[in-house]
Amino acid sequence: MKENPAALAPELALVVAAVVGAVASGWLPRRRQWAVRLLAAGACVGGLVATALAMLGPPERVFDGSYAIDPATNAARVVVLGAALVVIGLSAEPLRAHPHESEFYVLLLLASAGAIALVGADDLLTVFAAYLLASVPSYGLVGLLRDRTGSEASLKYYLLGALFGIVMLAGATVLVGLGATSSYPGLREALDSAPRAAVAFGAVCVTAGLLFKIGGVPAQFWVPDAVDGASVPAAAFVTTIPKIGGLGAAFRFFTEALPAGRVDWALLVAVTAACTMTLGNFAAFAQTRVKRLLAYSTIGQVGYLLMAVAVAGRNGLAQQALWYYLAAYTVTNLAAFAVVAELPAARTLSDYRGLAHHRPLLAGSLAVSLLGLVGTPPTALFVGKLEIFTAVIHGGYTWLAVLAILNTVASLYYYLRWLVPAFLHAPSPHPAVLSSGGTWSAATAYAAATATVILGVGAAAVLPLGAGHLLP
Amino acid sequence: MKFVLSLITFFPAAAALLFAAVPTGRPGRFFLRAWVAVAAIEMVLVVALWVAYDPHGGYQFTESLPWIPSAGVGYHVGVDGISLPLLAMTAVLFLACAIYSLREARRPRAYVCLFLGLQTVCTGVFVALDLIVFFVFFDLSIVAMYFLIAGWGHGEAAKAAALKFFLYTFVGSVVLLLGFIGLFLASSPHTFDIVALTKADPLAGRGLYAGVVLLALGIGFAIKTPTVPFHTWLPPAHTEAPAAGSAILAGVLLKLGTYGFVRIAMPLLPGAWRRFALVFIILGALSAVYGALVALAQRDFKRMIAYTSVNHMGFVVLGIGAAGVLAGTDAQARTLAVTGAVTQMVSHGLITGALFLLSGVLWDRTASYDIEAHSGLAGPAPAFAGLTAVAAFASIGIPGFSGFVAEFQIFAGSLGSQVAATAIAVSSIVVTAALFLRALQRMLAGPLHLPERPSGVARFADLTTREAAAVVPLLVASAAIGVAPRWLLDVIEPAARNLVHLVGG
Repeated sequence: MKENPAALAPELALVVAAVVGAVASGWLPRRRQWAVRLLAAGACVGGLVATALAMLGPPERVFDGSYAIDPATNAARVVVLGAALVVIGLSAEPLRAHPHESEFYVLLLLASAGAIALVGADDLLTVFAAYLLASVPSYGLVGLLRDRTGSEASLKYYLLGALFGIVMLAGATVLVGLGATSSYPGLREALDSAPRAAVAFGAVCVTAGLLFKIGGVPAQFWVPDAVDGASVPAAAFVTTIPKIGGLGAAFRFFTEALPAGRVDWALLVAVTAACTMTLGNFAAFAQTRVKRLLAYSTIGQVGYLLMAVAVAGRNGLAQQALWYYLAAYTVTNLAAFAVVAELPAARTLSDYRGLAHHRPLLAGSLAVSLLGLVGTPPTALFVGKLEIFTAVIHGGYTWLAVLAILNTVASLYYYLRWLVPAFLHAPSPHPAVLSSGGTWSAATAYAAATATVILGVGAAAVLPLGAGHLLP
Repeated sequence: MKFVLSLITFFPAAAALLFAAVPTGRPGRFFLRAWVAVAAIEMVLVVALWVAYDPHGGYQFTESLPWIPSAGVGYHVGVDGISLPLLAMTAVLFLACAIYSLREARRPRAYVCLFLGLQTVCTGVFVALDLIVFFVFFDLSIVAMYFLIAGWGHGEAAKAAALKFFLYTFVGSVVLLLGFIGLFLASSPHTFDIVALTKADPLAGRGLYAGVVLLALGIGFAIKTPTVPFHTWLPPAHTEAPAAGSAILAGVLLKLGTYGFVRIAMPLLPGAWRRFALVFIILGALSAVYGALVALAQRDFKRMIAYTSVNHMGFVVLGIGAAGVLAGTDAQARTLAVTGAVTQMVSHGLITGALFLLSGVLWDRTASYDIEAHSGLAGPAPAFAGLTAVAAFASIGIPGFSGFVAEFQIFAGSLGSQVAATAIAVSSIVVTAALFLRALQRMLAGPLHLPERPSGVARFADLTTREAAAVVPLLVASAAIGVAPRWLLDVIEPAARNLVHLVGG
């Protein structure tokens, strides 16, 4: 049993930086809080370097087998740390010299560490601890600006999180009770002879908690309010990083903790995926505020991602597809949020009219990110969709792939509702609504949009990183 | 010569990126003229390719690079006797559109960049030898055309038409992707490579699976072609698009669908194609008749031409469907049908391209496509009237133009096994003849009458040099094929024979 803290270097880097940042924020003048931002970015870069080193080494299980350092954990580290860097990039201006700027970065680091830990956890109790580490800072991030909508959204997010946390804990308790162990390999063995109904109950409850983290049906209610009520950086965070953790955790839980053939979790996840994507995409139709539209769009995207979880374990394609899609979705979604951050005064779809005339590059970034979310080649999500559809059809869920296709077409409609004013309508009589948020957010938008295309064209180099066996 | 196809494919896109990066302040004329230069260079490259091409050599100028090996995707391109003529037609039509658009006043830079991007994706579809490479270009053609129709079409209705076009054809393209995935999963080792899949024929003897995959491919390509009943996106898109956009949409984009049948559906699913050939024969004959009849009922000149496209594409589908029926026919007849179908694709691109550009001339003068509102145009505009008449006759299929060569081969090749369907399709030619003659008579003959316009005097200027320079070469090319078709047929026939051999099992 290894108890080598160095194996957790990326996670520890985030936590240590968060603690240092929290202490430092107490005496840093408001204008100098950028030091904490720098510290946070440094921690992410350091974590990425440590992850690269970990990737060279063999997979291992550490701390009494409660935590796995394997391809999935490393992929989660790369995606989460990369996403955190992008969020830091697009939050530079909106939060500059804000009374809570330091706190934002501290909470971001802690929640990111929690998201990674969710994926690495190979033990039900570790998963629950990671769930709390990922969730509690998120509530704070959503309500950080302390305005009315933000506080309300934060409260809703917190209450639902607490509810689903209890449900998850109940499920974990049942499973641990049945299996007399909390470690995944032990559970897998023990649950094979446990009563089927009890195993199903426990599994469903744990799934419910993870669905809350990723914003899947039926735990998606918080997403639109939290995204719309929070600041743009917090919204960008809450629609990406927790989902990475939740989906990675679900994938590992289903494939490693549940005995094969004991409960038909695949069908449960497939139905959840179908409901999630359909609800998200169709609810997005009626939205007129850009953040709400993006919120429902992320629910739709989670539906596609859940498809990969549904066929987890059926073939080798699912895992690679899930991680590639997560990386692609994260960078594409963050590109869209970076555009929103760059235009702080534009809140509705019609506010964007004439964007192509005033800011051709920014409009181009918006087009790349939104068409990317549809899955237009050659952006990353095209390859992601190709991978997921292939895995799903190969796994025998052709109906799910067909439904996803219909959803994709439907999603095109509402993304176009945003692009049409930006590209085709005459410029607004009040150009102030398109005033720039600052250099950093613009640069982040350009960089993320470019990364979307590079990730798609250069998929060959990235795809294998998500593959490789999970530790048993 | 190693990367000549990549050069031909990506040169326009590279030019577009360059134009987009040029600092603002340049006059619009600069970009429009530069576009003509790019299109001309592209034309020269394609001519050089044609000269170097060996008609009996199978796929040539191939390039094969790994792209996403773990997903079975490779960058594989090449041309054969089916794709090369379409490639050449694409280059000719884009050059004509570049010349035609020299006076474009609305956001010329973005207009030029979109057209150049469109040329890259259309060329890319024709050279692709990997299903995913094919799909990437196929899908992007929709995006580029959407912005062209919505941004440069005729007002608010254009946005609605563009949206309908985008959503409708996007459905086709994603269904197509499912079919490609089906092919991929059936192959072993998994691959998207068209050549490898043709060789392996992974769905041989797998009835239901092959049928479902063919259904997906069929829907995808039928929407793009379009055949009845998937054609409803076409008339509004054509009516609302700018003239050059319509010319490309009808001339090149519709071919992406029929080309897909010939390049992918037939060789990769030969067994299923034979089994369901009758479906395509019926769809083809139905499209031909339906397109012609609905065209007859139109008052709008451009809409009428749009529906004749449905008619002409119906002939193509009939021909390739007939190539899948072995009973009552021989390989020679089937080769004739396929050769005719490919010739028809080229021919339709040239003739309909010319007709749409001429309808653009009409719109520039009177802001109307209404057939009834115009008459006596031959008086003030003899060149316009003459070219319109020539293009219309070419479209009807009179001997001496490419349409005759194409349709004659299709019918001669199909008649042996499909007497009824062929007879029905042939009868639609009478309808197209009637509708074109009626339109010509109304608009060109009689006393001069022009639609009322709130401003400006009622006068109709004849074709300018620019407009003539865009339209005449298209009709000359059509006549060259019509009078001396061997230079084209010698390229198409070996490839068609090869395809018939593959489908023949």
